[in-house]
Amino acid sequence: MSLLGRTQPVASGAVSVAACAHCGARLAPGQARFCCAGCEGAHGLVAGLGLDAFYRRQATEAGTLRPEAAAPALDFAPVATAQGDGVQRLDLVVSGLSCGACVWLVEQALAVEPDVLSARAALATRRLTITWRGAAARANDLARVLARLGFRAAPWSPACLRATEDAEGRRLARALGIAGFGAMNIMLISVAVWVGGDMGPSLRHGLHWLAAMIGLPVVLVAGMPFYASAWAALRAGRPSMDLAVSLGVLATAAMSLSETIRNGPYTWFDGATMLLALLLAGRVFDRAARRRARQSVAELLALQDGLVTRLRPDGRGESVPAEAVAAGDRVLVAAGERLRLDGRSDDAALLDAAATTGESLPRSFAPGDALPAGAVNMGAAFTMTVSAAAKDGSLAAMARLLERAEQAKGRFVAIADRAARLYVPVVHAVAAATFFLWWGVLDAPWQVALVHAVCVLLITCPCALALAVPAVQVVAVGALFRRGVLVTSATALERLASADCAVFDKTGTLTEGRPVLLPGGHDAGVLARAAGLAGASRHPLAQALVRACPDAPLADAVREVPGQGLVAGAARLGSPAFVGLPPSADGMTLAFREGDAAPVLFRFADRMRDDAPEAVAALASLGLAPELLSGDGEGAVAALAWQAGIGGWQAGADPVAKQARIAALLAEGRRPLMVGDGINDAAALAAAHVSASPAGATDLAQTAADLVLQREGLAMLPAAVRIARRAQAIARQNIGFSVGYNVLAVPVAVAGLVTPLVAAVVMASSSIIVVLNALRAGRD
Amino acid sequence: MDVLLYLIPVSLLLGLLGLVAFLWALRSRQYDDLDGAAARILFDDKPRKETPP
Repeated sequence: MSLLGRTQPVASGAVSVAACAHCGARLAPGQARFCCAGCEGAHGLVAGLGLDAFYRRQATEAGTLRPEAAAPALDFAPVATAQGDGVQRLDLVVSGLSCGACVWLVEQALAVEPDVLSARAALATRRLTITWRGAAARANDLARVLARLGFRAAPWSPACLRATEDAEGRRLARALGIAGFGAMNIMLISVAVWVGGDMGPSLRHGLHWLAAMIGLPVVLVAGMPFYASAWAALRAGRPSMDLAVSLGVLATAAMSLSETIRNGPYTWFDGATMLLALLLAGRVFDRAARRRARQSVAELLALQDGLVTRLRPDGRGESVPAEAVAAGDRVLVAAGERLRLDGRSDDAALLDAAATTGESLPRSFAPGDALPAGAVNMGAAFTMTVSAAAKDGSLAAMARLLERAEQAKGRFVAIADRAARLYVPVVHAVAAATFFLWWGVLDAPWQVALVHAVCVLLITCPCALALAVPAVQVVAVGALFRRGVLVTSATALERLASADCAVFDKTGTLTEGRPVLLPGGHDAGVLARAAGLAGASRHPLAQALVRACPDAPLADAVREVPGQGLVAGAARLGSPAFVGLPPSADGMTLAFREGDAAPVLFRFADRMRDDAPEAVAALASLGLAPELLSGDGEGAVAALAWQAGIGGWQAGADPVAKQARIAALLAEGRRPLMVGDGINDAAALAAAHVSASPAGATDLAQTAADLVLQREGLAMLPAAVRIARRAQAIARQNIGFSVGYNVLAVPVAVAGLVTPLVAAVVMASSSIIVVLNALRAGRD
Repeated sequence: MDVLLYLIPVSLLLGLLGLVAFLWALRSRQYDDLDGAAARILFDDKPRKETPP
């Protein structure tokens, strides 16, 4: 037998020896191929469909495709829309859809279903459209296929659509195509004119007209995005960069037309169209980079968007969007579910109100107590009577507070706009002076004077200046995106670079914001068996137990006793009362008892993030003095401030107090970076100079924040500040270079020594230098 | 120089053809999912379908 025949097949990168065969996560000792039962099931499903090829092409991050043990039971049937003829259509946003192979797997796995007519996923938008013939209820089966493969799906929301539908971006791309076509073809003709010194005047006249015939429509159509923006700026009384571009391009086109008519030596249509093409390219890239970040935020929000279970008078539940529930309706709140509406509970309830008040311990509510929207149900499922519809509720009130804070912040003037305000009037004054110098003083014909004046406009047209900042933005935003930091606002980087103090929220920001198992009092075997039971429940404490021991084999035949605990054979896991112990004071304890053995208690607490002190120290060394602002009690806040190494803290702060503290800092002339995750932080986030929200933050906080950290922890925050500062420095260099180049080029243009060839070379070379310099902005 | 009479229109026509193709592609939303399109050309098989019972 040849040596070749005996060699083992080489495992691909995703499926190395110590990695899970489905999700690629590292395997714990003792695990053969899979990290959990969910992955084993998913692998079996993929193999059963004959789609193994997926694993050879998979390029997802390790662990992202691990199916959740107890996936949330979202009802997709109401979201499906009937297309007529018995065809149903479902639009989903699918998290985890991050490589081409995933698209292939999802499409193939759904297409195998006999009644599915089409399944098409878009990688850039994470949107999946499925059509099938049959009942709307099939939507749930199809969504379950996705869940079993390890993808999390949510209904495609209007916010997703707003983030992806980019009519403006398409207009820019169309304009770029037209400008590119014009610039290339006119250059073809212009080169003939430049080198054809022995060309007869009539032939040159013909070529001029040809260039004009291409150039005029191109300048009019492709320049539209600039003209529209310049007109808006003009009406607002603010000279902008677009105004300079528009005037430069239009004046060049008009002057070239006059030169064409009188058959002058050169026309300048090539310069005008090339300028448009270069500037449009900058815009298109700038937009594409930010669109990606906006889409990711919309995706995060869609996954949090859910339906509520409304109880009909006959006692049956129906899934409806939260907006459809009116005051007086009764809704069912499942264990672990987040309240989406304000209400009064009909039963006793245990709620984690960390997102609304910042308290780190769950609080019990008696029947009839008012329950705040945004709290998470830590106890048994209960029914509540809704006291206010979504648009009148406390979440909507918080959103209004946020809006007002945003309006009060005042418009931040980006560095490029500040440069434009100085630059535009100066350039136009120089151009006008050039005209009067040649026409009035040197007695040149007015056409010649006009050519020289327009040359000044063209040479100074802020090609490099207009590219200087966007190019840096594209590179820096892209670099942050790869590190899991989403930049949602255009001026966020500039503001982040200038931040000089950091205000942190406590619960969910410096701490994990969810219960974490405290060590002590249990051994590994017991923990693994308890976690095996806990995997069957969505209860926050059970989920925390699973996180503490993710490799535990799932127990068989687990039965959930609603509101009390889980039973599997002789083993019971649940509240202390469930196993016959006195109840715990704070509701942060799980008890586990196997048969007649002594019960074991698992205590949980909201623990500080491991990387919090490091991140705080790193920010402090960058000159951002840290401060803690929390709605929790004094003791907890002081202890955490000490642990995290933060000197100044304020406890018991409600949303208004948080916003007031930010306003006070701003009034002192400080530029605070606010980091928060809760509904109660949203207004402060919006009011701050710049704001960030960590992974897992509430949707309201993520909407208000300029930066969204996608990965767990705060470690990326100092890196983001460093990248922002570096980007800002490079943007300044670029602006400096552009201005310096103009200082050299303008005298040449005023002297009338610039030919179209010189203009083209100078324009292109300065743009390239600026772009090359911008490429350095991605490094940390 | 008579050759210019043919060559310039030909080159313009080719350029216009490219422009029209670009605008068509943009209009039929082929630029909406660039990442997906790049991966999609590697899918070598059509979705298989089990015949409905």
